[in-house]
Amino acid sequence: MTSVSPDLGHRELTFADKVRGVRWDLIALVTAISCVGFATLYSAANGNLQPWSQKQMMRFAFAFIPMIAAALIDIRHWFRFAYWIYAVALALVIAVDLHGFVGLGAQRWIHVGVIQLQPSEIMKPALVLALAHYYHTLSSEDVGRVSKVFLPAALILVPVALVLKQPDLGTAVMLVMTGGVVLYLAGVRLWMFALGFAAAGAAAPLAWSLLRPYQKERLYTFLDPTTDPLGAGYHILQSKIALGSGGLFGKGFLEGTQTHMGFLPEKQTDFIFTIIAEEFGLIGGLALMTLYAIVITYAFAIALRSRNHFGRLLGLGLATNFFLYVFINTAMVIGLLPVVGVPLPLISYGGTAMVTVMLGFGLLMNISIHRDVRISRLGESQLG
Amino acid sequence: MTRRAALLAGGQALLCAGVVGRLYQLQILDRDRYTVLAEENRISLRLLVPPRGRIIDRFNAVLADNHQSYRVVLVPEQTSDIPATLDALGTLIEIADADRRRVMRDARRHHPFIPVSIRANLTWEEMAKIEVAVPELPGVSIEQGLQRFYPYASSAAHVLGYVAAVSDKELNGDPLLELPDFRIGKSGIEKSEDLVLRGTAGTSQVEVNAYGRVVREIGRAEGTPGQDVVVSLDMALQSYAIKRCAEEIAVSCVVLDAVTGEVLALASSPSYDPMLFTNGLTPANWQELSTDPRNPLQDKATAGLYPPGSTFKPVVAMAALESGAVTPDTVINCPGYLELGDATFHCWRHGGHGPMRLHDGIKNSCDVYFYEAARRTGIDHIGTMARRFGFGSPLGLDMPGERGGLIPTRAWKLATTGQPWQQGETLITGIGQGSVLATPLQIATMAARLVTGCEVVPHLVRQQGLMPAGGDRTPPNFPSMGLSHGQLALVMDGMNAVCNEPGGTAYAARITDPSMAMAGKSGTSQVRRISEYEREHGLRKEDEIPWKERDHALFVAFAPVGAPRYVCAVVVEHGGAEAAGGSAVAAPIVRDVLIEAQKRDPGRRVPNPETVAQAD
Repeated sequence: MTSVSPDLGHRELTFADKVRGVRWDLIALVTAISCVGFATLYSAANGNLQPWSQKQMMRFAFAFIPMIAAALIDIRHWFRFAYWIYAVALALVIAVDLHGFVGLGAQRWIHVGVIQLQPSEIMKPALVLALAHYYHTLSSEDVGRVSKVFLPAALILVPVALVLKQPDLGTAVMLVMTGGVVLYLAGVRLWMFALGFAAAGAAAPLAWSLLRPYQKERLYTFLDPTTDPLGAGYHILQSKIALGSGGLFGKGFLEGTQTHMGFLPEKQTDFIFTIIAEEFGLIGGLALMTLYAIVITYAFAIALRSRNHFGRLLGLGLATNFFLYVFINTAMVIGLLPVVGVPLPLISYGGTAMVTVMLGFGLLMNISIHRDVRISRLGESQLG
Repeated sequence: MTRRAALLAGGQALLCAGVVGRLYQLQILDRDRYTVLAEENRISLRLLVPPRGRIIDRFNAVLADNHQSYRVVLVPEQTSDIPATLDALGTLIEIADADRRRVMRDARRHHPFIPVSIRANLTWEEMAKIEVAVPELPGVSIEQGLQRFYPYASSAAHVLGYVAAVSDKELNGDPLLELPDFRIGKSGIEKSEDLVLRGTAGTSQVEVNAYGRVVREIGRAEGTPGQDVVVSLDMALQSYAIKRCAEEIAVSCVVLDAVTGEVLALASSPSYDPMLFTNGLTPANWQELSTDPRNPLQDKATAGLYPPGSTFKPVVAMAALESGAVTPDTVINCPGYLELGDATFHCWRHGGHGPMRLHDGIKNSCDVYFYEAARRTGIDHIGTMARRFGFGSPLGLDMPGERGGLIPTRAWKLATTGQPWQQGETLITGIGQGSVLATPLQIATMAARLVTGCEVVPHLVRQQGLMPAGGDRTPPNFPSMGLSHGQLALVMDGMNAVCNEPGGTAYAARITDPSMAMAGKSGTSQVRRISEYEREHGLRKEDEIPWKERDHALFVAFAPVGAPRYVCAVVVEHGGAEAAGGSAVAAPIVRDVLIEAQKRDPGRRVPNPETVAQAD
C-alpha cells in the first residue's frame, strides 16, 4: 500500500494528495480481469472483436471516468448525498417497473437518453451507501435497539420487492445478502436476524405464489436439470458439458467446441465463465478465481484500515457485493445454485454492470484515500 | 466489528472453496463423461444414399435407370423478401399457389439456412432458364438428385415393378430406409432384387453446430453402389408382345425359352406407368388405376387365374396314355354329347365329331373324346400329371406375386364342400373346366415341359452384379420328368395337327413359313354356365353378351415344330365367341409373337450391344 505521510491526518487533503492516493495496484488488477473478459468475448464471437469485445473495451475505458471521479470526490460528499443517491436509484427502479422494456423474459432496462440503463445494478452500491450512512449516524447503543432496525430493513426490502416484480431473482438475492451483511457488520443482534429468517420462512409460501412460472421452472430445473434437456435444463447441462470437457488444461483459446458450435446459450453474458473453463480448463478457472480473491482481499484490507465507520461499512459492503457477484455467477454455471441471472463482474458483456462495478472500485479507492478523514454523526468533517 | 468482518471473510473463503471443489469434480473427476457428451453434441453421422443398381435385359438394354433430376430450392436466409423472390421465379417457371404456400410455411418452420424445395422434377429447359437467372434470384439454387427412370415406361411395368417411399411396415432398423429421399422396390424385380439393387450406404461424419448447420466434414466412408441386375427378357420382343396384346381389351402373354426356362417376354395388358409411383401417386391416378375393370395393376401373366379350358387337354392326354387308359389306337365315338347317369355332357361341336383316335381328338379339341379319356383315367392320375406339368402350385418364378392356381382332388373337394368327388367333375376337369385354375405362366411352362420332357422352371434373373443367378435351375440341370418320349411325341403331333393340318382348330392361324411353323392348342373357357334355355334357343351373339360375361380365349404353342425352342401362351380375357375363341382371337397373337421370337431368336443369339438400338 502507498505510504502516506503521518501528518496527513492533520490537514485537509489537497488534490495532489488524492491523486497520489489512487490505488494503481487495484487498477492493475481490475484491468487484468477486464482483459480476460475482452479475450473471452473475442472468443465468444468466434474470434471477432465484433459484436462484443470492442464495445466492452470502450465501456471499460469510459468507466474509468466515474471510477476516478468517485475516488477523488470527498468522502463526506458521498456520506452527505448517500440517501439522495439511494432515492435516485430507487426512482429508476420504479421507472423500470412502469416504463421499462422486457429482455430475456424480465423487465430490466430503461432508456435514459441514448443509453440503456439497468437500474437494478445501480441499486446495489446505492443500497450499501445508504446503509453505511445510516449506521454511521447511529450510536452503538442504538444499533442494538429493535426500533432502529426498521428503517434499514425497509431500505433493503423496498427495492427487493420492486426487483422481484420485474422479476429479477438474482438482484433481489444480492440486495438481501449485501444489505444483511452490512447490518451484521454494523452490529445488529443475531436474534434479530433469526427473527428475520423466521419471518422470511413464514412468508415463503406467499413469495412462492408470487414467483413467475419461469422462475419456478428454474428452481425445479436446478434440482434436476436432466428432466428437461432441451428446455430449461439445456443451459445448465450444456454449461456442465463445456466445463467438464475442458479438463485440467482446457481445449485451447478459440478451440472450445461447445462455445463455437453454439451449444452454449447466453455465452457472452451470464454463462461466460464456461468459455474460460472450457478453453483454459481448471487451471484457467482457478487463475481467474485467484484474481478475484486478491481483489476481494484488497477490498477487505482497504475497508478495515479506514478510520471512519462509514468507510469501513461501505468498503466491506462493496467487497461483499463484489464477492456475491463472483460467487453466485460461478456457482450458477457449475450447477450449485439455480440460474438466477447474475453477471460475472468485469467479464460478462453488459454496460451498466461494468460501470457500477468500476464505480464500486472508485469508492473503495475513495475509502483508501480518505481513510484518515473523520466524519461526524451529522456529516461534518473533523480532523483526527 | 473486526471479529464479524473476519467471520465474514472466513465464510466467503469457504464458499469459494465450494466452487473450486465443484470445478475439480466437473473438470477432473467427471472429465471423461463430459468429453464424450461434448463429442456427441458436435459430431453427427449422415448417410450417403448409394445409387440404385440398374435393371438390364439380356441384350444390355437398360430397363430401369437413374436419371438426374433437378429441383429448385430456396435458402430463406439468403433472400430478404421471399414473396418477391418467388414472384421473380414465377416469371420463369410455373409455381402453383399450393407450392407457394408450402414454401412460405416451410421457411417459417425450419432454420433459415435449410433449403426449402420449391419445385421438383424440373425439365431441362426449366432448369436452364433458372440457372441463367440465378444471379438475380437471391437464395435460389438448383439441386440435383437421382430419380428412378424406366425408359420403356409401361412396356415391362409388371416385371420390373416400381420403387416408392418406404412404408412404416418396411422399416427394419436400417437407417438408410429412414432417409426421406430413399426409394424401395415395391413390386416385381425391383422388390425381389431390392437388396442387390440397393447397395450399402456410405457415411459422412460432419461437425454440426447447435442449430444443425453443417460446419465441415470430418470423415467420409463411401458406400457401395447398388449392383446391376440382368434379366432374361428380350426387351424388343417384350415391347412387340405388349403392343400386339394392346389390340385387345385385356390380354396376357408369356414367352419362354423352353430349353433354359428363361422368360423372354411377360406381358400384361393394359399396363401402367411405373414412374407414377416413383414421384408419389396422386389420388386421381390411384382412383383411375384401382377402379379400372381391366385391372391394370395386376400382372395377369403370373397372378391372373383362369380355367385353362382345352389348353389343359395335352395334360389329360399324357395322363391317359401313361396310365394306359387309352392307347394311340383307342377309338372313341363323339355323337356331340356324353351321358353319365342323369347328366348330359356336351361337345363344343353341336353335331359331334364321330369316331376318332387321340391324334384327331387333340386336332379337333373334341370334348367328348376327353370326357371319356378322363373318365377312364380317373381324377387321381389327371391331378398327379397336372402337378408334374407345373399346375396347382406356384412354379417358383423369381419375382413376387406369382399365384399357384388350383388342381382339384378328392381330398380338396371333401375339405372345401364336405361332399365326395363326383365322376362328372372328372369329366369337366378333363376339358380344363370346373374347378381347374391356372396362370398363363403355368400354361406356357406346361408346353415347355411337354417339348423338353424336363421339369423346366421359368426364371427371370440372369445375373446379379457380376454373379450369374439361378444356380441349378440353368440347363442342362432341369431333371427329366420321366415321361415316355413316344407318348410326348404323340401329344406334340396332335398339337401340330391343330395348326398345320386342314381342319385343325387353329389351321387358320398357322405360321405358313415351314421353318418357323408352330404347334399349339386352343382353349375357350367359360366364365358362366350355358343355360338349357340358351342351348335350346341358340346362343346369344357375342356382341349381345356383356364383356365381363364373355368366355376367355386361350392359346398355347411351341415353335419351331421340328426343334421346339420357344413356347408362348396367351390369354385374352373375355375374348371368346362361342367355341372358336381360342383359335380366332388368341392364336393369331401367339402366331405373331412366335414369328417375332424366332426372327430375333434371343435364345441362341450371342448378346451384342447393337441390338440395343432396335429395342427402342
